[in-house]
Amino acid sequence: MELNAISIGFVVFSIFTLGGGVGVVTTRNLFQGTIWLMVSLFGVAGYFVLLSAPFLAAVQILVYIGAIAILITFAVMLTRSVARIKERYIRILPSFIASLALFLILLLGVTVPIFGAHSPGSIPEYVASTRDLGAALVDENGYVVPFLLASVLLTAAMIGAIFIARDENA
Amino acid sequence: MVPLWMYLAVAAALFSIGVFGVLARRNAVAILMSVELMLNAVNINLVAFWRYSETSTDLLLNGYAFTAFVLIVAAAEAAVGLAIIITVYRNRRSVIPEEARALKG
Repeated sequence: MELNAISIGFVVFSIFTLGGGVGVVTTRNLFQGTIWLMVSLFGVAGYFVLLSAPFLAAVQILVYIGAIAILITFAVMLTRSVARIKERYIRILPSFIASLALFLILLLGVTVPIFGAHSPGSIPEYVASTRDLGAALVDENGYVVPFLLASVLLTAAMIGAIFIARDENA
Repeated sequence: MVPLWMYLAVAAALFSIGVFGVLARRNAVAILMSVELMLNAVNINLVAFWRYSETSTDLLLNGYAFTAFVLIVAAAEAAVGLAIIITVYRNRRSVIPEEARALKG
């Protein structure tokens, strides 16, 4: 791996992503955990830029950092969960062993060609643009049915969240 | 260009961190945050495979569009999940999943 802008960016975003992830699962204060989650999601958005998917990077920042992380912050505040829980973890040792074993298996799977070797020699020159995605989303041979179903799902989730979280006594 | 397996290795590490958080954390909000980490690891994999694979023109956008739909479903999941956590907290004064056992037989 030669030293250029992409490889430097890869290392930086790896530090962001994995460091933020470790911060999420280890921090005691969940407010700080939300900040770590934002750092990790920002690293993932950087990966999307490196993989020439700038639209997904923008959506990642708008939806994840702008909406979901703020939603989680509100949930942390509404449940006042910082003060009450003394123990952060249950069954920490078996969980650690299980996740470490999972990581080793996955690492073996992606580095050693157990499931058949396929190494792309060269990366394709032509990359689909955001314009192509927009055309495919409304193309009847493309993704118009999942696109419409996604809007139905979002509406249902919104109404469901309001209905579930409504205080009946208020 | 960074080889494909490096992206996959980072995604595997992020997914394992998320699995650890789901299994070991006690707070339900922290568990939901760990689920978001796992979803992001899957998204890295999808976009990396999309970028590095030589597909025919009619399959050109499968990985890209699938990632967008994963994002949509993650947003819906977070909204409903947090609503459930807030309701459980309002009724039981607790965000620990083990203590919400009113339906246990």
